[in-house]
Order: sequence, then C-alpha cells, then structure tokens
Amino acid sequence: MSANEKKKKQDMIKKAFLCAFPKTIPIMMGFLFLGMSYGIYMKVSGFSFIYPLCMSVVIFGGSLEFVAVAMLLGSFAPLQTFLMALMIQARHLFYGISMLEKYKGTGWKKPYLIFGLCDESFSVNCSTEVPEGVEKSWFYFFVTMLNQVYWVIGATVGGILGSFIRFNTEGLDFVMTAMFVVIFLEQWLKEKKHYTALIGVLVSAVCLLVFGAESFLIPTMVCILCLLTVFRKPIEKAGGLS
Amino acid sequence: MTVAQEIITIALCALATMLTRFIPFLVFRTNKPTPKYIRYLGKALPAAIFGMLVVYCLKNVTILTGNHGLPELLTICLVVLLHLWKRNMLLSILGGTVCYMLLVQIVF
Repeated sequence: MSANEKKKKQDMIKKAFLCAFPKTIPIMMGFLFLGMSYGIYMKVSGFSFIYPLCMSVVIFGGSLEFVAVAMLLGSFAPLQTFLMALMIQARHLFYGISMLEKYKGTGWKKPYLIFGLCDESFSVNCSTEVPEGVEKSWFYFFVTMLNQVYWVIGATVGGILGSFIRFNTEGLDFVMTAMFVVIFLEQWLKEKKHYTALIGVLVSAVCLLVFGAESFLIPTMVCILCLLTVFRKPIEKAGGLS
Repeated sequence: MTVAQEIITIALCALATMLTRFIPFLVFRTNKPTPKYIRYLGKALPAAIFGMLVVYCLKNVTILTGNHGLPELLTICLVVLLHLWKRNMLLSILGGTVCYMLLVQIVF
C-alpha cells in the first residue's frame, strides 16, 4: 500500500470514529454506571474483580450478567442455567433479523459486530443513517466496540472498588430509558404509518400486565411475531417501512 | 460451586448469548438471497422492538403503589417535548436523565 493510500485509509477510519463516538455518549454514561453497579454487586457477593472483567468480555449482556451472579451463588445446574440464559437473551434473535441487510458486506468485522449485538449497539446501529462519505462497517464497528469498552471498564472498576464508591447516583440509570425513548421517537417521526411501533408498545404493555415483569418478554416476542405475520399484507400495503 | 463449575456456568451463559445473536446470520447466509418474509420482518421489527425496549426499561415501575410512576411519566414527557423542540439526541437524553435524578432524589 502506498503512503498516500495508507493516509487515506487512516482518515476514513478516523472519520468513522468521530461520527460514531458522539452517538455512544449516552451509552457511556449508562454503561459506566450500570457496569459499576454490576461490578460492585459481584464484589459484595464475594467475587474477585476478575469475574466481572471476564464475564463482561465474554457475555456482554447486562441483564443476563446480573442474573448470572445469582446463578453462581446457587448450586451447579448447567441445563437450567443454559435454558434461562436462552430465554433472557431470546430478544437478540430479533436484532439479528433486523440487521441481516445492514451488516452485509462488513467483511472481517462482521463476526465481532454480531458478537457485540447488545440492546444498545443494536439500537444505535439500526436507527442511525450513517452519513454519506462515512464507511458503514467502521461506524458499526466503533459503536459496538466503544459500547463494550464502556461496559468492561465499568464492571471492572466496580469490581475493584466495591462498595467504597459512595455518591448519590440514584436515578442515573434512567439514561438508558431516555435513550430508548428518543430512539423510539426518532423511528416514529421517520415513518409515515405507525402500525408496527404501536404493535410493539401495546403488545409489550399488555404482556407485562398479564405475565409480570420477570417473564413477559418471550410472550411479547411471540405475539409481535404473530401480529406482524397476520397483518403483513395491510402493513406492507400501507407502506412507509424504511 | 468449584471453580470449574463456575467457569462452565459462565461459558454456558456466553454460549446462550452467542447463539441468540448468531443464529439469524447463520440461518440466512449472505450468499443466498434472504427470503421475502424475513426481509419484511427485518423492516417491520425495529419499530416494534424499540417500543418493546421502552416498556422493558419501565417494567419495574409501580403504577398503583409508591409514587405511581410519576417521575417516569413526567420525565418521558419532558424528553419527548425536548426532542420535538430541539431534535438533539444528546440534549434530550441528558436533560431527561438530570430531570429524573432531581425528581427521585429531591421531589419524590
């Protein structure tokens, strides 16, 4: 590669980074805070910081990692652990289906993009129109990588410092909720018809009332899938699917 | 639990997570055209998922007891108004978070 080409490539990567970083700032706040809460929780449960460090690297899924602490404290039950993890993480199936087209042609980065497809990376990568002139695959890569870096740092620092940290952060975790509200709103403003958005909110709310906070996600997913399938014709006819 | 059992437990959690993330990409390989129904789902699902994620974040809010979900309701209204007004993602998210922290720490 000539020096000129090399410079060009570096500029391209830098541009993608500068485009991706601002999108991840709310996640940085949320993940450092939630990651630290998780690390502290592991520490006070009697685990060395090595545990949150390794778990945040290999699992990289917040809600499951919290549940995993309880699993590690209980008796060894591999089948139950595996099934429970599958149920908690089942929503990722939807993320994959939604990203099939967007992650096409991302080359060697693709396995990592899929590996790091957590709620937040999915939301940002799925909802962002990558600007003209910014290399998509690098944008997706930096969003995914930065998010994981925040989470690993948060979890590890929490695990090291444990309960020494005392400052009033009550309510800081709302940063994640606010982000999902804004992304939902952006999606709402972007589309002409709101059938699918309404299906998502209403079905989730009804399932939450019927099945309760701990077990409403799977019934919600099944119902969303059924409704989208049954009403495919009218939804496609109405158009507005970007 | 022994250390080996702990490692197995963590590995199983990682494996389950990876399965749910990789399966769609393994089933619908890029070299074959994706079925129309799956392409339709890929377009129709995101809006529904974002709605589901909002509800998921609010799953532990109690409407009938405590503060009746008022801090959450007020903050979400503020986030929506702020966003419709300025259309600046960071401002809406940070403004909402500060508002929520003030509400739960001072008001409620």
